[in-house]
Amino acid sequence: MSQVPSDLRYTKDHEWARDNGDGTISVGITDHAQEALGDLVFVEVPEPGQLVAAGEACAVVESVKAASDIFSPLAGTVAAVNSSLADAPERINEDPYDQGWIFSLTPADPAAFASLLDADAYARFLEDE
Amino acid sequence: MPFIPHTSDQVAAMLAAIGVADLDDLFDEIPTELQTGELTAIPAALPEMDVARLMASRARQDGQPLCFIGAGAYDHHIPAVVWQLLSRGELYSAYTPYQAEASQGTLQILYEFQSMMTALTALDVSNASLYDGASALAEAILMAVRSSRHGKVRRVLVPRNLHPRYRAVVRTIVAQQDIDLVEVPFDPKGGHLTRTALEPLASEPFAALVIPQPNFFGVLEEVDELTDWAQAQGALVIGVVNPLALALLSPPGEWGSRGADIACGEAQPFGMPLASGGPYAGFLCCKQALMRQLPGRIAGRTQDLDGKVGYTLTLQAREQHIRRSRATSNICTNQGLLVNAATIHLALLGAEGLARVAAACHVHTRHLVERLQETPGVVPCFDRPVFHEQALRLPAPAGDVLRSLAAHNILGGYDLSADYPELDPAILVCATELRSAEDIEAYATKLARVIATRSQARCPVEPKL
Repeated sequence: MSQVPSDLRYTKDHEWARDNGDGTISVGITDHAQEALGDLVFVEVPEPGQLVAAGEACAVVESVKAASDIFSPLAGTVAAVNSSLADAPERINEDPYDQGWIFSLTPADPAAFASLLDADAYARFLEDE
Repeated sequence: MPFIPHTSDQVAAMLAAIGVADLDDLFDEIPTELQTGELTAIPAALPEMDVARLMASRARQDGQPLCFIGAGAYDHHIPAVVWQLLSRGELYSAYTPYQAEASQGTLQILYEFQSMMTALTALDVSNASLYDGASALAEAILMAVRSSRHGKVRRVLVPRNLHPRYRAVVRTIVAQQDIDLVEVPFDPKGGHLTRTALEPLASEPFAALVIPQPNFFGVLEEVDELTDWAQAQGALVIGVVNPLALALLSPPGEWGSRGADIACGEAQPFGMPLASGGPYAGFLCCKQALMRQLPGRIAGRTQDLDGKVGYTLTLQAREQHIRRSRATSNICTNQGLLVNAATIHLALLGAEGLARVAAACHVHTRHLVERLQETPGVVPCFDRPVFHEQALRLPAPAGDVLRSLAAHNILGGYDLSADYPELDPAILVCATELRSAEDIEAYATKLARVIATRSQARCPVEPKL
């Protein structure tokens, strides 16, 4: 059973979002997603300053068997990216919820964060899937 | 007889299962005017014996002319062993086999081809070929645009002295992708690209500069200066190169202080005969940083569980069969058979053999140009150094002169007037290692006679003083 930390929010595309408390939201992929993809070999991150819409494909994670889009959970402006993934994409496999964060964004509407799935809802979604 | 294995009962059962009345109904979303009608221009079938007779008579019309045409496809010597080996059943296919790893030999040849191309271009990565040089350039341009700040810069500088067919193919392929191809004029005296021509075009950002080496006129470009200039503007550099010339010229990976980012071109000079325009094979190489933008097949070398060397297709995650509509490119095949030809050809020649062929082409072309210039009014269009082609201005209409030469079994060159009316009357000539001093002499003598005849023909109508 994959981990679903209770302090994060989730999407049905298997991204997680963390409220950093400084007006930004960090985004990554869930433990379930990294397990399904297998060993990651490459991560393509967005550009800081890039405007993204909710649900827009803005990053790519590539494993030996597939390249998958990462969709932004919320609309906003990309604030920072995890450039350490360029040399160590395996961080997403090893520590998906912390060292494996992909990018952070300043949401256009901070209240929208609350509309994402909470841990219980995501865990139920995983069971149903 | 159509080679479709299904019986009409099976077809009817399948149509019934999906609730469609007629096979044609499957295509009803295609507008009627685009559907294939009756093929009325195709003549009635002939027996095999008659076809053989017809084709033999057509082949005789070709004769065995002396070819002095280059313009993107070149008449080189191909050692007999190249096509002898290719006719082996294991190699005689245009495709990478399905379940590719079961064909280790095929993958090894692709891997060797890639290694040879990276060695020739001095770049990090090569794919296992594309359809031809022109489509390889289109893919190179798409790569450059994708990698420019996530596709935000969609302007590419494409010189007018790049092969006209390459420019046409690139326009066709990128036309629907909102990419702005900006034509760069060439220097009228040298036929080459200059900073003076480029600088006014750099007022807006551009994703890449395309540098042909040599360019369509055979002229060598100042690749170091051009590469440094383009990269200083934040753009990538795409070299379109004749791979044979790279045996003598500095490779794209060493142009300027940082090297070109992408190199592509036509592998035809390596073991591929002239055959009414193809098929040939394109190659595409790039720096490691652009590896994940590189479309097409890539064979990699690895080890199996027992530590033995093995070959595998790699970096496939972005290809069409895995990523569907979001693939890097919809090209995911290669020119397998012709890549085999190129690889065997290069392995036979080796680095030294290749350099000797390239040097012979250069020397023969210089000799040809010197000899042809002895006819009054025949002068080079440009004053810059060339590799193995030269544009020559003629004192008579180019089409007429070439037709008269063809009647003497000489293909005298490529008529430049349609693509470059500003140079008219001019032809592009080439003498490869196959054109002996005797061949060149025959051409020069006949050209002098053809042009003298034309001037004499004008005499009677001139006023007698």
